[in-house]
Amino acid sequence: MLTFLGLTALLIKIGLVVGISQGAVAYLIYVERKIAAYAQDRIGPNRCGREFGVPLGLIQPLADGAKMILKEDVIPKYVHKTTFILAPMIAIVTATIGFAVVPFGPVGAGAPRLGADWPVQFQIAPGVDIGIVYILAIGSLAVYAVVLAGWSSNNKYSFLGGLRSSAQLISYEIPMGLSILGIVLLARSLDLNTIIEWQDRHGWGIFWQPIGFLIFLVSAFAETNRLPFDLPESEQELVGGFHTEYSAMKFGMFFLGEYLHVITVSFLTVILFFGGWDLPFVLSADQTSWISAIFKVIVMMSKVSMMIVFIMWIRWTLPRFRYDTLMNLAWKSLLPLGLLNLTVTAVLAQMILGG
Amino acid sequence: MRLDDPCIKKLEPPKLNVFERTYLPQIIDGLAVTGRHILGVLRGESITIEYPEQPHRPSPNYRGVHRLNKDEEGRVKCVACMLCATACPVHCIDIIGATAPEGWSDREKYPASFVIDELRCIFCGMCEEACPVDAVELTSFYDLTGLSREEMIFDKTKLLSVYDLTKDSEPSRMGNLTTF
Repeated sequence: MLTFLGLTALLIKIGLVVGISQGAVAYLIYVERKIAAYAQDRIGPNRCGREFGVPLGLIQPLADGAKMILKEDVIPKYVHKTTFILAPMIAIVTATIGFAVVPFGPVGAGAPRLGADWPVQFQIAPGVDIGIVYILAIGSLAVYAVVLAGWSSNNKYSFLGGLRSSAQLISYEIPMGLSILGIVLLARSLDLNTIIEWQDRHGWGIFWQPIGFLIFLVSAFAETNRLPFDLPESEQELVGGFHTEYSAMKFGMFFLGEYLHVITVSFLTVILFFGGWDLPFVLSADQTSWISAIFKVIVMMSKVSMMIVFIMWIRWTLPRFRYDTLMNLAWKSLLPLGLLNLTVTAVLAQMILGG
Repeated sequence: MRLDDPCIKKLEPPKLNVFERTYLPQIIDGLAVTGRHILGVLRGESITIEYPEQPHRPSPNYRGVHRLNKDEEGRVKCVACMLCATACPVHCIDIIGATAPEGWSDREKYPASFVIDELRCIFCGMCEEACPVDAVELTSFYDLTGLSREEMIFDKTKLLSVYDLTKDSEPSRMGNLTTF
């Protein structure tokens, strides 16, 4: 039952997660710009805040945010107003509510306790046993943001961007689902925390499901609309794709949504394939002290940060896919590979682990 | 050229094996390349010049603000032959020639006034090439700014002062051909 105290704790958790993730997004943009600069032998933003003694341009995100808010917010006359305004909201909401079931530390029996019977769960909604399904479902809703934005802009470029995006996101959902099923079969649960605990006992998912990991990674890139799969935006041929007509904070919300998506996907990768908070021989589900809990959160966050940096690194390495090769990759390579992987995993799991 | 011409060399792309067709080795190679660049910048190998603090040095043949050269006696080298003003495609050079003062035995004329409109100038360097006595030259000054149009019209004094400023750092590009 949800008591008043429980509700307060829940609200605090939600506030913390939303606040931290939004703040993280601002700094992710900064990190992205830095990595982009480094990959091109430049230095990147380093001026902002120099007058106040802030090194390395660390308050650049504040300036970026202020710019987004203060710019003129243009709504062109020819757009479909309702959907035009709705689209960025969908983008940001779908990206945010995915965090509800993402554990960012020990949950359940491994959670540390305040007093005798007050476990502190490092998850907004602990014990949701369809965690992965929920995240996939929310992730598919994000298509609507792009499709609605592209259609309501009433502009050929945006429309093409929206079209491409809907085909791309729907295609890559299938291999993504298939790649996750392998680890779900092994851990015998859809609950993200149970999957982490299974990996804690048996070893990380990437060793059990290397092909699944590969398929998941590729489809995750496609799902987040990041290079090499950023066909919905493709600045060169579609101007800006679905967000051509957007300005000021509406554009910023798409941006925010994209980076929130990157964070969610990184969390998911770490949880499914890199053992979540698990560190072999050091951390296990049996430790329930506060020190181990904090250590677990730190381990989890470092893994997620490394994953995010890897995603950015890929972005500045690979060129964009052509549309037909993109579709070929999804339907002719990833889908059969995913099915094969799932079948082999199912057979082996049945034979070795038993029914 | 016919399609079966023996001179035509047909290049076949190399056949990829199964592992290469996953493109994973190429992706890893690519990551290594960008990784090297990222680590290189972290070690301080960036090509960025942080401009206001770190001066930018243009290449030796950069064409910036003009100067009017002086000879060894400190007189203006120009002989008011009007070749630069004629060569100038945008007519930004305005010279008023006059008979050389007493004692200037090596020439008949000198410029009483020598004005270059730096706003009209396109910095093509033709004046420099046309000058028979290497009197007008372009320097490496690139940060030319002013608050009014009048300020950007350089007269003889100003052009000579540019020479005084740059004579040590930039010797004459054409060599010192004072005698001919």
